[in-house]
Amino acid sequence: MSGADARGAGRDPGLQPERTRLAWRRTTLASTVVVALAVRAVSAGGGSAAGIVACALCCAWWLGFLWVAHRRIRGLAAVSAPGAPAASYAVGAVICTVAMAVCGAVLVGAG
Amino acid sequence: MIDFVRNVRLWFAPAEVRQEGTTPDYRFSLANERTFLAWLRTALALIGGGFAVDQFLPDLRWGWRVGLALALLAAGALCALRAVDHWVRCERAMRRGEDLPVSRFPALLSAVVAVVAVAMVVVVLFGWEG
Repeated sequence: MSGADARGAGRDPGLQPERTRLAWRRTTLASTVVVALAVRAVSAGGGSAAGIVACALCCAWWLGFLWVAHRRIRGLAAVSAPGAPAASYAVGAVICTVAMAVCGAVLVGAG
Repeated sequence: MIDFVRNVRLWFAPAEVRQEGTTPDYRFSLANERTFLAWLRTALALIGGGFAVDQFLPDLRWGWRVGLALALLAAGALCALRAVDHWVRCERAMRRGEDLPVSRFPALLSAVVAVVAVAMVVVVLFGWEG
């Protein structure tokens, strides 16, 4: 550990913060796939009013997810040894995910 | 169940977790966070699967199609809630120096995914005409 510091890199030799950043990126990508399927459901199926509203809400929750991930990634980059995230990040990401599932249920029911 | 309610309170009061025990090596916390994110991706995959069943099996009977889609969406929501619950419990166990919590959830989820997969194969093979 001290050897890595002595070399002046000042970073974790296991690249833990970078791996965590990429894990957030992958998760963002997965949520993008979900929202793309939601948009496809409305655009392909004609879409009732309830379906269009549910799709719009799904997009809004996706933006919320992006915002949470962005904040966390900036937090990871800010310090050299970042600790556990504040629980608000994890809870925020889960709320966005569950809300997308609820919007999906409305879309499926309305279509 | 009482434990679950207590954990739900912890989700929204992260400072209470930080007051317990000692701060673990940050790499363990980051590994815990990545495990949480992996479960969240599993949840998103289940939700995406629900959308996919609804959209890509249009010839199925309405009841089967909507039933399978809603089951997958519900499994995704449950998986996401369980992800944050498990993350909080692991974080707390690491701070207290306890063993990490064990869970039946992975086995349960595997069984549910297997049942849904078999049901979809049966439905797709025999359920086209409704």
